[in-house]
Amino acid sequence: MNILEVKDLDMSYKTIDGEVEAVKKVSFSVKEGESFGIVGESGCGKTSVAMSLLQLQADNGKITNGEIIFDGKNIVGLSESELREVRWSGISIVFQGAMNSWNPVVKIGEQIREAMREHYPDKTKDENTKRIIELFDIVGLDSSIIDRFPHELSGGMKQRAVIALALSCDPKLIIADEPTTALDVVIQDQILKEIRKVQDVLGLSLIYISHDIAVIAEMTDNMAVMYAGSIVEMGKTSKVFSNPKHAYTRMLLESTPSIVGPKKKLRSLDGEPPSLINTDSYCLFSYRCPTPDDNCKNRNIEMELTKIDTDHYADKCCVNCG
Amino acid sequence: MKNTLIEVKNLEKYFEVSAGLFSRNKTIVKAVDGISFDIPFGSSLGLVGQSGCGKTTTARALSLLDPKTGGDIKFYNTDINDMQSIDDLEGEELKKFRRNIQMIFQDPYESLNPRWNIKDIILEPLNIHNIGDLKDREEAVYEILKTVGLTPPENYMPRYPHELSGGQRQRVSIARTLIMKPKFVVCDEPTSMLDVSIRISIMDLMLNLAKDLEVSYLYITHDLAVARYMCDRIAVMFNGKIVEIAETEELLNNPIHPYTKRLISSIPIPDPSYNRETYEVNFQELDSLIADNPNSDEMIEVSPNHLVGTHDVKEIL
Repeated sequence: MNILEVKDLDMSYKTIDGEVEAVKKVSFSVKEGESFGIVGESGCGKTSVAMSLLQLQADNGKITNGEIIFDGKNIVGLSESELREVRWSGISIVFQGAMNSWNPVVKIGEQIREAMREHYPDKTKDENTKRIIELFDIVGLDSSIIDRFPHELSGGMKQRAVIALALSCDPKLIIADEPTTALDVVIQDQILKEIRKVQDVLGLSLIYISHDIAVIAEMTDNMAVMYAGSIVEMGKTSKVFSNPKHAYTRMLLESTPSIVGPKKKLRSLDGEPPSLINTDSYCLFSYRCPTPDDNCKNRNIEMELTKIDTDHYADKCCVNCG
Repeated sequence: MKNTLIEVKNLEKYFEVSAGLFSRNKTIVKAVDGISFDIPFGSSLGLVGQSGCGKTTTARALSLLDPKTGGDIKFYNTDINDMQSIDDLEGEELKKFRRNIQMIFQDPYESLNPRWNIKDIILEPLNIHNIGDLKDREEAVYEILKTVGLTPPENYMPRYPHELSGGQRQRVSIARTLIMKPKFVVCDEPTSMLDVSIRISIMDLMLNLAKDLEVSYLYITHDLAVARYMCDRIAVMFNGKIVEIAETEELLNNPIHPYTKRLISSIPIPDPSYNRETYEVNFQELDSLIADNPNSDEMIEVSPNHLVGTHDVKEIL
């Protein structure tokens, strides 16, 4: 069963320079209990997708097309009060740098209770506190943290508390947007373990967004690679890694150093991502394609995912030029 | 082995912090607590560890930005063809000597003056050290921009930092560093802010420059995978001390210290079929090493050039 289905999602921001098409024709689905990864460089639209799912995009951003079907119901175009039902108790999110978004003058426990009061107005304070202690136990925090202020906690502890907050209203899907980017490797490792454990224990679905392909390799069952607002390759994580079809995916894999295996010469990619203002529907990667064929050079092929194998899709243009 | 360029002995950097707003008591924070290493000409040493372990403090002490509070730093002085302690240098001599040591910072968005154009940014060190006349200096800027791959240079010289991408800005930082023809460059996470597709080109540029210009690096990073790509040797720092130092591959394949093991086992591997397991800290191996070493050395040499620290870290690890 799919908990989330995104169909042909378009999202754009109005700016003084023109319409920035940040998300273009993005379609994917997430099954119950599955973890789905989105990887790509800064500006490729990862966070814009996450924000669209919750419809929390900035005021100048607008979903112009497409459907987001969560738990069998299209949530695009719902009213603000209907969306508030979905947010947090349906889909919750751990933002990038969320550990720095705690209110510094309110105790951690009270800030989590605030969210719970909104969604469970009938529950008593004691019931909520009991639930928070359970959640803290799952994410590896001591129950005494409830009465601490944010400045008394380390970065890793704050991030664990953010995960507890995201779990507080029993969501079915959690979006983790670069949850470990500001943390160092040892703490990152602990947080990744915590997220996996939470997912196992509570049977949640997870969308994991990162620029780090190594973290995606470890955390996800299925993944999508985004470039310039579009998904250019998607499929089972193991298949995308073992048989990358898109040149951009290959570049991501070949530019990531590793500490295991023989030391490899790493490869980078010339050029820069294109501007997303007033773009067309043809392959936007062709400007940087290292091995373009004639169709690619002349930009003849419209972007569209094509099936390569069961559970493995890649953009048409790049599959042809190899 | 090549000649030693820099030799650090028991380097200490202590900070005094007051214990509270109204307290008269001062506590001492031992940010860098007696570390020793040396770097040969044209070789690079990686300094890895968690945030707060003293990496950047070491970098600032070595680049002479902050005065050390103890220990000794010796550089090879080509004028006298011998090692010379920086404590013996003063005034003009010290200023002249500083040219040999440069630094590249983490954030290319904040380390360049937004009101200066690229030419002026790169000219500044030449002006400060009063090298050559204006024509020479401009030629030097032109050449260095070519070296770091910002071509054609005349297109870049009149531009301002905000007109450049992150990768281009970091190239400007590198150009500004190299224009003094330094022998030693301290790099503090120079690629951690860059996207993967650009990161490798900057790393490759730095490696090529090291080879061509015989520059030595102290390369600070929290990412062992990056250190493996960049460095000949790696020193692992924990709590202000070096706990292990060895040739890169030796350190990764044969770590001894429990902290090194934990650090290595925490790095995500870009391969879904790899089954990574986090190392459970245990001190058996280190304890038996210490027991076999009656001299109670601070660092024990377990194999040639592979040193392991014996400091007591059981309580904090």
